[in-house]
Amino acid sequence: MKKLFTPLLILTAAMFAYAPVAIQNAPYESTMGLVQKIFYFHVPSWFVMFSAAGVCGIGGAVFLFTGRKDADRFALAAAELAVVFGLMGLLTGPLWGRKAWGVWWQWDARLTSALVMWLVFVAYLLLRKYGGAGSEKLSAVLALFGMANVPFVYLSVNLWRTVHPKTSVVMSLEPEMGRPFLLCSLAFMALFVLVLAARVRLENMRAALDELYLSLED
Amino acid sequence: MKKVIGLAVVLLCLGLLATSALAQQPPQPPEGFVPAASVQGQEKLPAAPLVITAYSVVWLLVFGYLWSIWRRIAHAERDLSEVSRRLAGAQRR
Repeated sequence: MKKLFTPLLILTAAMFAYAPVAIQNAPYESTMGLVQKIFYFHVPSWFVMFSAAGVCGIGGAVFLFTGRKDADRFALAAAELAVVFGLMGLLTGPLWGRKAWGVWWQWDARLTSALVMWLVFVAYLLLRKYGGAGSEKLSAVLALFGMANVPFVYLSVNLWRTVHPKTSVVMSLEPEMGRPFLLCSLAFMALFVLVLAARVRLENMRAALDELYLSLED
Repeated sequence: MKKVIGLAVVLLCLGLLATSALAQQPPQPPEGFVPAASVQGQEKLPAAPLVITAYSVVWLLVFGYLWSIWRRIAHAERDLSEVSRRLAGAQRR
């Protein structure tokens, strides 16, 4: 990962630098107009949130069943990313909804389930910070519940009646809208990999520091 | 006296019914269309501020989080070198 970090960083920076141009060149949506352009960052932020939730859940499961500490460090790092990128999605969505639906928030299936999933990962971080000894296992279970929410949140727009656009929107995008969306999605996923690597490095350093403190006490 | 009270109750009920019936009436239809130019400014909802706010929120969160990670890594590196130095000193003794 160390060798890949710098090239990936350069590639990500280039993609984010070009993203505003690509978004600006994308055509306006016929009914929503300019406000629909929030979509190009809003949806990729949820892609990252879902990926982070997946990494956190898998890391938690590996830690629970094998006791591997590195898996737990991955889970903790991913949980933080899930909260940050989830917050991004939860804040940009209402800005879109205010114009498209006339309200900032609607307690429908998609919005409510997304908020609940985000709160699960906030709870995970709070548990890690204030839970004391043994909170690793409890939070790993919580991570599994958080990950289990992902398919429900994703499919909620197809399963229940909601004001939110359906999942088919992404696949049916015209090429002029699809290309900038793909660029933004790739940029966000590359950012996710980079930030996750940096965050895991921090956890590894903290673990090394704990071991050094123990050696010092001995 | 009972008749007067009964009449008052009937009138009260009729009054309440009339009030609720009036309240359920649909609003008066407009007598003419109003051009958009004469609508007060605060009633329009331009999209640009919402889009700008959304992108600002994203960049603030990304840079804020990156800064927070960088600061925490720098702090951990400092602590690591400090503890390693103390450990090396303790081992020499």
